[in-house]
Amino acid sequence: MISRLNPRSRRDAYGSKINRAHSPLLAHAIPWGSILLGSLVPLLPIISSAPVVPPMGFVLMVTWRLLRPGLLPLWAGVPLGAFDDLFSGQPFGSGILLFSMALFVIELLEDRLPWRGFWQDWLTAAVVIAAYLAAAAMLSGTAITVIQLTLILPQLLMSVLLFPLFARFVALLDRLRLLRVRKLG
Amino acid sequence: MAPPLRRSTMNKKAQLGVFAVYVIAGIGALIGAALLLVSLWRPGTFAELRGAATDVAAPVGEVGARARTGSQGVLEAISGFYRAGSRNAALQREVKLARVKLAEAEALKQENRRLKSVLGLASRGQKPVAVARLIGSTSASARRFAYISAGSGDGVRPGMPVTSPMGLVGRVLETGSRSSRVLLLTDSESMVPVRRAQGDAVAFAEGRADGSLRLRLINLGINPIEPGDVFVTSGAGGIFQPGMAVAVATQITRDGAIAQLLSNPAATDFVMIEPIWQQQAVRSLNAPPRVPAEIVDDETSAEAPVTAPAGATAPATSDQPASGQTAAEDE
Repeated sequence: MISRLNPRSRRDAYGSKINRAHSPLLAHAIPWGSILLGSLVPLLPIISSAPVVPPMGFVLMVTWRLLRPGLLPLWAGVPLGAFDDLFSGQPFGSGILLFSMALFVIELLEDRLPWRGFWQDWLTAAVVIAAYLAAAAMLSGTAITVIQLTLILPQLLMSVLLFPLFARFVALLDRLRLLRVRKLG
Repeated sequence: MAPPLRRSTMNKKAQLGVFAVYVIAGIGALIGAALLLVSLWRPGTFAELRGAATDVAAPVGEVGARARTGSQGVLEAISGFYRAGSRNAALQREVKLARVKLAEAEALKQENRRLKSVLGLASRGQKPVAVARLIGSTSASARRFAYISAGSGDGVRPGMPVTSPMGLVGRVLETGSRSSRVLLLTDSESMVPVRRAQGDAVAFAEGRADGSLRLRLINLGINPIEPGDVFVTSGAGGIFQPGMAVAVATQITRDGAIAQLLSNPAATDFVMIEPIWQQQAVRSLNAPPRVPAEIVDDETSAEAPVTAPAGATAPATSDQPASGQTAAEDE
């Protein structure tokens, strides 16, 4: 007599494994879409007289890259940066350059330090985001003063401290991304 | 766990693929650097691209802006409910005072009109070109731009002043067809000629990108500014109508003061886009140097735009901003 199988044995975290598969559309649209939506943050009704909001497009790109290496191709910084430039207020081209540079730097870091871990990812993200904010302020097209460099400190603090939260959010999106929704046969 | 991406392999094709991705990404970054240099050199180069993108995304922003107004209303309604009684009493006291003040204001208005007629000044009410919502601002960038929900289709042109009932907000930088980008007063590239409301101290108000302005006196010497002095636009440069409130001085520096903005854009829902005050003056200031005779001609017309020669088709009267602008572009 064959005993009954555990009913959970044909399921995983993403749903039933029988007759269901991941949707390629969902799997690719969610990371790209979430980063592009992050770039639209300047259109949120937050009218601030100083930079306070984290650069969401960039932070989400870094988070996806750290959470799922290989998901975003190395050239992803070019289209994502160009889209970000349309809304961020930076001169056009700074996003393309800085997003690409960030992906390069993360790639190099992972060559040197091929481990993963919460603290390491957080540290990597903090370094990359700090460098991005400083470089973006330098390339913003105005003369740089000491005031301007101290101006990005609150924003930097906020972006770095909120990174674990972004990571959780992206992890949630990642589970959504791999849901088995496509019917086979 | 090591990232799954890198695996040493003898597969030539896979190695070439990895290499190709590096090359593509490198070329992309270089193109970005080139575009960046171009846009730092000529900031207006990609204005149309940005305008089109904002036009597409603006409806979303407008919904958000509407929600912002709505949610403010809800919060106010709830807090008002709790303090209704004491509020009522306070308001009644205030109304009594306000009635007196109103009578005084009427008297002042009459006196003002009388004095103006004595001076021969016609009070020229500027009619706004458009009224728009502040959709959003570049809250993540070191630059201070805002987006508004009116564009060239509504008659908005680059350079036009943007005001709120509390005072000056900024000026239009780039226009799309249904949305535009505004350079806020607090941007570090923004510079507005101002004067003290009760005196004759003339200064430039520069943005500091952190919500305050830096006032630099034009006549150096003894600094006459005191904390609490209100500064208004002086009308120099011809873009901003004189007498619009800009900022109040809070901290005195060696060559001027640090001032707080009067019309905080965060507290503003609707803004008015006003025509450029003196079209011809701005045009002649922006034009490249020409033969001396023409320059003299332009200067006279800048000082007395109403009596401009008939050849200049668009005197800078406020009710025809669009035609004035086209005339400026024709030349």
